[in-house]
Amino acid sequence: MTFRKYLVLAGVTVFAASGDSLLRHGMTEVGSISLNHLPDLILAILNPWVAVGILCLLGFFASYMTALSWADLTYVLPASSLGYVLLALIAKFILHEQVTTTRWLGILLISAGVGFVTQGPELTHHPPKADLKPCADEAATTRVTP
Amino acid sequence: MKQLYVWSGILTIVLASTTGDVLLARAMKQVGDVGELFKQAGLWKVVGRIVRNPYFLLGVLAMTVAFYALLFGLSWGDVSLVAPASASLTFVANAVAAKFFLHERVDHRRWMAALLVAGGVALLAA
Repeated sequence: MTFRKYLVLAGVTVFAASGDSLLRHGMTEVGSISLNHLPDLILAILNPWVAVGILCLLGFFASYMTALSWADLTYVLPASSLGYVLLALIAKFILHEQVTTTRWLGILLISAGVGFVTQGPELTHHPPKADLKPCADEAATTRVTP
Repeated sequence: MKQLYVWSGILTIVLASTTGDVLLARAMKQVGDVGELFKQAGLWKVVGRIVRNPYFLLGVLAMTVAFYALLFGLSWGDVSLVAPASASLTFVANAVAAKFFLHERVDHRRWMAALLVAGGVALLAA
């Protein structure tokens, strides 16, 4: 794992958490949209909070796809769940909401899970298909290579 | 009866988003290391290669189904049940699906991680 890869994983976490909270804040300003007035949903983009939230979610998707290009799904998903922890910390220290003991316990479990998964390798190495049935001379060359 | 609706909604969300995640992961493994590709061929080449991958398109379709299932599920059931239940079950379902469909080596560390994160997400939203 290089520093750049950790940066991409941090991007997954931060963009997901900030995108969700910006959208939530924006949509409370827009108000509830009824099924009879669906075009209002398009106008909701005009709200600056919603617009920035959507940009953040695009950033999330880009960094999520990048992470999946070099790491296993079972590595990226737990790592990205740190976003939930970030949301709870934002609620506590920036929005000054009350964080209950149950939620602190949830934060503890998620952090422990992320700790477990990041101890291991990020990618399962599959042997190339040719290696499964090596012919005689190929097998000889693979034995020589360290 | 309402419970049945709510839980079949949750099941749909979990299945659709797991399918989406597995398809997207497979697509990106086929595309290859995006960082390397970007250095060699530039941004548009990378984007073009991703959006032309059939697994990517199917994955996005599955994610769309999951999104609308979540919207419907939230309108039928309680937010405090549907959102955490579907999010936390998706973590476990993904670990199982990654083992069987992506042949990832899900060792005890990764099982523990999936279960702990699933439990943590359920508690956070409870």
